[in-house]
Amino acid sequence: MIPELGHFALVLALVIALVQAVVPLLGAHRNRLALMAVGRPAALGQFLFTGFSFACLTWAFVVNDFSVEYVAMHSNTATPLIYRITAVWGSHEGSLLLWALTLSLWTVAVAVFSRNLPEAFVARVLGTLGWIAVGFLAFMLVTSNPFTRLIPGAAEGRDLNPLLQDPGMIIHPPLLYMGYVGFSVAFAFAIAALLTGRLDAAWARWSRPWTTAAWVFLTAGIALGSGWAYYELGWGGWWFWDPVENASFMPWLLGTALIHSLAVTEKRGAFRSWTVLLAIGAFSLSLLGTFLVRSGVLTSVHAFATDPRRGLFILAFLVAVIGVSLLLYAWRAPKLAGGGSFAFVSRDTALLGNNVLLSVVSASVLLGTLYPLFLDALGLGKLSVGPPYFEAVFVPLMTPVVVLMMFGPFLRWKGDELMPALRRVAPAFVASILIGLGTAFAVGHVSWRTVLGLALAAWVVLASLQLLATRLRERAGASAASRLATIPAAWWGMWLAHLGVGIFIIGVTMVGSLENNLDVKMKEGERVEFSGYTLLFRGVQDAPGPNFAAARANLELFRGDVDIGTLQPEKRIYLAQQMPMTEAALDVGLFRDVYVSLGEQLEDGSWIVSLHYKPFISWIWAGCVLMALGGILAAADRRYRRLAERRLPAAAVQAA
Amino acid sequence: MKAKFLVPLALFLVLVGFLAFGLRLDPREVPSPLIDKPAPAFSLARLDDNSQRFGLEEMRGQVWLLNVWASWCVACRQEHPVLVDLARRQVVPVVGLNYKEVRGDGAIDARRLAPEQELAMAVERARGWLSAHGDPYKLSVLDLDGRVGIDFGVYGVPETFLIDQRGSVRYKHIGPITPESLEKVLLPKIEELKRAG
Repeated sequence: MIPELGHFALVLALVIALVQAVVPLLGAHRNRLALMAVGRPAALGQFLFTGFSFACLTWAFVVNDFSVEYVAMHSNTATPLIYRITAVWGSHEGSLLLWALTLSLWTVAVAVFSRNLPEAFVARVLGTLGWIAVGFLAFMLVTSNPFTRLIPGAAEGRDLNPLLQDPGMIIHPPLLYMGYVGFSVAFAFAIAALLTGRLDAAWARWSRPWTTAAWVFLTAGIALGSGWAYYELGWGGWWFWDPVENASFMPWLLGTALIHSLAVTEKRGAFRSWTVLLAIGAFSLSLLGTFLVRSGVLTSVHAFATDPRRGLFILAFLVAVIGVSLLLYAWRAPKLAGGGSFAFVSRDTALLGNNVLLSVVSASVLLGTLYPLFLDALGLGKLSVGPPYFEAVFVPLMTPVVVLMMFGPFLRWKGDELMPALRRVAPAFVASILIGLGTAFAVGHVSWRTVLGLALAAWVVLASLQLLATRLRERAGASAASRLATIPAAWWGMWLAHLGVGIFIIGVTMVGSLENNLDVKMKEGERVEFSGYTLLFRGVQDAPGPNFAAARANLELFRGDVDIGTLQPEKRIYLAQQMPMTEAALDVGLFRDVYVSLGEQLEDGSWIVSLHYKPFISWIWAGCVLMALGGILAAADRRYRRLAERRLPAAAVQAA
Repeated sequence: MKAKFLVPLALFLVLVGFLAFGLRLDPREVPSPLIDKPAPAFSLARLDDNSQRFGLEEMRGQVWLLNVWASWCVACRQEHPVLVDLARRQVVPVVGLNYKEVRGDGAIDARRLAPEQELAMAVERARGWLSAHGDPYKLSVLDLDGRVGIDFGVYGVPETFLIDQRGSVRYKHIGPITPESLEKVLLPKIEELKRAG
């Protein structure tokens, strides 16, 4: 009964979404307040019914209702409760439901926090979001119903893919979807602006916190996914340039360009049509990612069960959403041209340069991801594009991005003089190159990549410090504390996020240059020396889990004579699918991880043990955390709330 | 409407054209010109004993699989349990063609290695991988420079060739073998060939 209720709630959500898509837009077009006012309650209703439907599917997992096909395919009575719950989004149908739920959550958030925006504008935003919801709910009901019954019901379920039975998997998809779907808000704001023809500084100011919030979620989601790959997949890599990773990375790149472009549009009124195009692009790439993952067009380790009918539906949806919005763009954007002019040497130019570079990187990633498809379609053969292509493109394009990223804040808006600006940053720049060279020599790994990486990281850190010092000198009379207090949260956000990029580069460079890996055969009581550490193999015991059998090794880790601790990597067999899994064990440190995974047992009783030494790898994620924190600070800046309040009377007048 | 503002739309429509075409393709399906032709002859060093060599003629009279693999190949790990299971059932002998073990790994600069160093490294890595993940192969041979791979038209690893009693290639499977593709495609074809032979 409950699955049927869930199904029915989904149908109702679709009907409400249709109302939300049509009525407010009509109201905005005819300037009828009553029709526009339908948007908010419809958004809430759609959220409640989608949420109810989601709860029903979760319930089916909790009570092991194997008469629901989706549950029988992805759960098992022995699966721990927490993984039965996360199994809801463990595969195609349920993850779509999560997508729809996330979208309705963002929609409600917009409905609630938009009291001070003009009614007609809110109506257009909610209407646009409504159309996206219609597409996704219809997609689910037509091709991918998670509530389909299995008659007769299965006695036992097949269990969730063991790779997904991990704490990282509990929050990785929700965070990622909050990011992907969050760009739908920026997209809807852009469409509403194109529809009204109103695309000014106020519009940019409204869009900014929403876009930054979505970007924060996406950053955290991607970082978590890469962390999960690192410790769960068992061979110590953290990024593979897999099509599905690229699918999340492309919207991130364009989203990064978008938040910067919005800053220029707000401050200077410039780049307006470019900003709108980026907003459309970031969300389009999110949708494209969904298409690539679920249509079977590309092969990937992440691929969901594929079905051409689904592919066709999403493609039609892509054409409708992206095609219509680009048509609208072509029609309306020419009227938006203009905005403040600026000189070649200015912060505006630096931001524009980085925007263009980030878009080019995004396009190159798209090209690499789809290249096999292009060649195949043109009858030129089949091939796969691997990490060497992406690295060859990514490093040279991102190097100027990082240099400009730190130079831009030293320039004034509108126009500045080149030579004084260069003189300001020259000491830091030269010092960075020296530090890059010096550190590479000190760690004994002089390759152009190591030197470049370390020099860039040093440049980010030094320029950040100089920027902070410059900022603090601005008000000479005040005390240090009051000078710190007057710096707005948005500035700290920018500073922290940029610093995060530097920390990230340190991690990537050090791991890439100095990581070490050793596969050894070990018997109980044997020692092995590895990268300055000693590991003592204490043997293997059985360690049965709820839905798996495991062999757990005990390895004592020593640095010199100091016992650092015991590492317990496991080799598991998940019983329902008879799938072997490697659970690595890590000694996580500030400056290095020691990573151990357990291989097969050999005939003579010894085990293959795979050892990895990963210098500075936590810095990769620490950098991402700083970027996300920066984003949070920027989105939470008081300015948005204060200006919103000040704007209230004007908006009320407009609404009336 | 100015033309330049239509550029994004035009690019998008081109992309849609490719995607629509992509829906009709199976990225795992590649026609091989070798189908129903004699498999290219080779003689390569064996992984278990480098002093011995192995060639096609040793398998004459048998239906067998030639599985292309490497320790750096991510998808091979996905496929491997299926092969181990297949070996346990003893339906068909599987010969491993270890493909560019050292040169194929982007992390290693193979140009700096002397030939004997490359061989030693390949043997160590390949054996380590097999002992870590299980060895489903009757034997494996080392295609260090990938020449035999080129003769067979290997696009990516893993790939699997089904070869009949007379040494002709009868089927090529691209990408990892899944339990489903094994049961539905490979095993029926193997049975058919065995009956015919």
